[in-house]
Parts: sequence; C-alpha cells; structure tokens
Amino acid sequence: MEQAMTAGHGTLEARNLAVGHGTRALLRQVNLLVRPGGLTALLGPNGVGKSTLLRTLAGLLPPMAGQVLADGRNMHAMTAAERARHIAVVLTGRPPVGMLDVETLVGLGRQPWTDRWGRRRAADRQAVERALERAGAEALRHRLLDTCSDGECQKALIARALAQDTPVLLLDEPTAFLDLPNRAAIVRMLRDVARKEGKAVLFSTHDLQIALDLCDRLVLLRAGADPWQGAPGEAMASGRLAEVFEGSGVVIDPRSGTHRFVP
Amino acid sequence: MRGKGWWLVACAVLGVLMALLGLALGSVAVPVGDLWEALNGKGHGAAVVIVRHIRLPGVITAAAAGAGLAAAGLLMQTVFHNPLAGPGVLGISGGASLGVALVMLARPLWATLPWPVELLVAAAALAGAFAVLLLIMAADRRVGDPVALLILGLMVGYLCTALVGVLQAAGEANALKGFVLWGLGSFAGMELHRLAWIVVPVIIGLAGALVLVKPMNTLLLGDETARSMGVDVPRVRRTAIAITGLLAGVITAFCGPVAFLGLAVPHVARALLRSADHRLLMPGTILLGAVVALACDLIVRLAPNGTSLPLNAVTSLMGAPVVLWVLLSGRKWNRR
Repeated sequence: MEQAMTAGHGTLEARNLAVGHGTRALLRQVNLLVRPGGLTALLGPNGVGKSTLLRTLAGLLPPMAGQVLADGRNMHAMTAAERARHIAVVLTGRPPVGMLDVETLVGLGRQPWTDRWGRRRAADRQAVERALERAGAEALRHRLLDTCSDGECQKALIARALAQDTPVLLLDEPTAFLDLPNRAAIVRMLRDVARKEGKAVLFSTHDLQIALDLCDRLVLLRAGADPWQGAPGEAMASGRLAEVFEGSGVVIDPRSGTHRFVP
Repeated sequence: MRGKGWWLVACAVLGVLMALLGLALGSVAVPVGDLWEALNGKGHGAAVVIVRHIRLPGVITAAAAGAGLAAAGLLMQTVFHNPLAGPGVLGISGGASLGVALVMLARPLWATLPWPVELLVAAAALAGAFAVLLLIMAADRRVGDPVALLILGLMVGYLCTALVGVLQAAGEANALKGFVLWGLGSFAGMELHRLAWIVVPVIIGLAGALVLVKPMNTLLLGDETARSMGVDVPRVRRTAIAITGLLAGVITAFCGPVAFLGLAVPHVARALLRSADHRLLMPGTILLGAVVALACDLIVRLAPNGTSLPLNAVTSLMGAPVVLWVLLSGRKWNRR
C-alpha cells in the first residue's frame, strides 16, 4: 500500500536500491519511504550497512543499483547544490575543529543559501535562530566547540543541519557516546522537529529502547534479508524485531520490546 | 564575528608601523620625517638610495612573503585537517629548493637558455613546489591519516635535501656560495623594478585564498559534511593546493626556504581571534603574516655590529616555540 503512494513534498524514497562500497553490495532491494512529519529509526547490527545506506540516501555515495527519490526526483541526478537544499546530514563524531563558536558553526548550515562570500541576510539569521532554538542550543551560542560536552556538541551539530532548512534530515548514530538522559533528549528533540516542522527525519541507532519508545517508524536491517519498515508496535508483534537479534544471545520480549542478555 | 574586526584593524595599523620602522631603521637611521621625500626620490641622495632602492624593496618583499606564506599555511591546515601542515613541513619548500638547486648548481645544463637566471630560478622553484604538492595530494587520498601524511612530507623533504646535497657536492664554488646564501633566507636583494615578480603572484594567490573563505569554512566540519552541504570538495582542494603551490613556490624562489612562518602564523592568528572562521581568520592570518615577517626582517637587520642574522634562524626562533605550544596545549587535533 505504502510503497504505491506517490511521493509528496519532503518525502525520501528508495526504490530497489543496492548499496555498498566498490563492487561489494551490503544491502540489496532496499525499498523505503520516509515521510514528512515523522521520526524513523534505522536499526541493525554493526556492519550490516546502516552508515552506507544513510550515505547513499544522502547522495554522498553512488547507489550500486536502483534509485533514491527526493520529492519524486532522482536525487543522484541533482546538482550538489540542489541536493544540499533537500537533504541535510549529521555524520558521526566531532568535526575536526575546535576553535569555532556554536553560533558560527550553525551559521555554516546556511552554505547552500548564501552568496559566494557567505554573507547572511535577515532570512539566514532567522533560520540560524530557529535552528538554535529547536535544537535547544541557544545557551551554547557563544561557546567554543572545544569546550562543549559530547551532548552539547551533538545539539550544535544538529542545529547546524536544521539551519540548512531542508525537508529531509538524516543522522548517523546521533546518540552514540551520550548518557541515557542526553540520548532521550536528542531523540525527543528530533521527534519534535519532525512533527512540528513537517520534516522527514531518519537516524541510525543501536538504542533499541529509545527507538521503540520514541520513534514513529522503524527500519530493520538484517544481513541477507530485505529491509523491513513499519511501526514499533508492529515490529514487536510481528516478531520482526526478534528476528534481527536471532542467535545473537539477546532475547526480545515480543510484548514489551524489552531485551535481556542470555547468560 | 562582531567586535573581532578590530583585531584586523589593529593588525593593519601594526603592519604600517612595522613597515615605517623597516624603512627608517637600519645601519643608517633615516628620520621618519624624511621618509616621504626619500621615497619620492627627492632630498638627500644617500637617503634616497637607502630608503627607496634598498629598504623599500626589502619591506615590500617581507610583507608579501609573510602574508603569502601565512595564507598558504592556513590553506594547508584546513584542507588537510591538520594543524601541523605548512609549506615547510609538507616538503613543499624542499621541492622548491631542489628546483632552485638544479638551476643554481647545475648551471651548465641551462647556460644555453636565453632567459635571465632569476626567472629560471622562479620557474624551477614553482615546478618543484607543485611536484611535491601533487605527490602529497595523491598520497593523502591513499593514506588519509594526518600523521602519516606529515611523515610522508618530512620524508619527501629529506629526499629533496639529499638530492640537493648531491648537487652541492658537484657544484662549483661560486654557485655553491650563492646557493647556500639563498638557503639562509632573505627578504633583501630584490631590485625595485623586479618587485612585480614576487608581488603580482602573491596578490593573485592572496585574492584566491580570500575567494575560498566560504568553502574553507565548510571543510572545517569534515570533507563529507562539506559535500552534503553542496560543496565540490575535490575542486576546492585542488584550488587551495594550486594557490599554495603558487605562493610557496614564488616566495621560496626569491626569499629562500623561509622556515616556520607558514606553519606558525595561522596558529597565532587563531589564538588571537579565538576563531577558526575563515572570513575573519584568513584576512587576520594574511595581515599578521606580513607583520611577523616585517618584524623578523627588522631583527635580521638590527643585529649588533652591523652584521645581519640569517633570516631562517630568526623565523625558526620565533616559530618553533609556537608549534611546541600547539602540541603541548593538548588540543585533540588529530580527531577526524
């Protein structure tokens, strides 16, 4: 049903996508529809191709087969500048710079919208303000990135992506290296952004519980199987979630979604 | 960014002051009041010769070389995400030196060419600088690790030095003396009517560096994130590297392999401005590079007993502690 729906504004769609590096495909036959107004978590074991899929969806890696459509248009046929106005990306890790204050960092998100010198007009300044507010990074604005904790740094980087003002936002493990309260805060913030601003937000994560409790949809990746997409409740009830962890020594309770480790 | 613009103004004022001091001071002091007349070729004959034909070219060369090397250093540090990158460290000066040695020490090979030797030296230095830069760029694609890249640059530098050593052993005494003097570095010795040979390429290079400030800023977030923001990263890299080659090649040809300016000045500018934003940092680095080079030139010329110190000794004494400070200040600089 869903797959047949025509893509509207702010959708990101993968059709028969195969992703990988060089000649080795990590995932084949990926069919996904990420819709605006919702938060989608991408779950799967290490090495299954989460980062590779995200990078391909973002247009940073060429697809081995199939297509990525943004608003129904083939994204890999767009110019880099066009793509940058459609999709913003937050990659893992801190950027290799320290001596940069958060406000300037967030301002860099305006890159696709400003002129050759990066001059900012009123609209650009407003977008930066809105992004700082949405990401809860207003208090950080004058702090240097060097002095930010991992959680604060992640907020600043997300604000940078929000300032890019794109209908689609992709994030690679935004909750890695964070403590539990910070993980929850970041994912709640992403959900609010998706719902209130009508963005399509997709992030990869290993935080099973957070994905089940806070996300609107899940994408489950498993080596050698087609990806599955659906609501968290459905993932538990159908046993799809348990399948992902089969034989790994981790058992998922099909009703609550809680997990425990086989001794 | 607001308020920090004053640093740039202060830097520019300091630069003008240093330039005036550079014109006025030396083995013969010229009163500041007489400078203007002397620059215009009027007034006391000796003052005209000293100020206009000896000190003015030196001051302009120093300012251009300092600004150019500092800008080149900043471009390298941003493009390679490596605070220890600079024209000297990455072997670029070494490549230029090898080119210069080939011209100065193996003169007979070129004697039949009709061009003046200064142009040949400049062309050879440029060729050497670009050869090393292309090698570094190719290696960067393969190794991708900042420390490995630095070691590679150092090794290329050693190789060039070794080849220069072989050429020196074969060179005849006069040529050898000229080459050794060149190797000590100097902002003096450019003739007034040939200043354009260094000033024009440096201005082109600096203009290019200033045009790159916007994409340079996005590179601060990492190459992949920059690409996701619509930046053509390979093209920006190539442009930055071409500008670095032009600046380092030309400056090395005329001033010798000036040590540490390109590496150290961007760090001082970053610390003073407390910002890595290139819209501020690039002009700041360019101005500060000129100021520091003018100061080094003054120290060189004001050595007691009328002797002049080797320029490279002075720049190293000022630059090496800065690099040590960068290493010891404990920034987690190699985190990608």
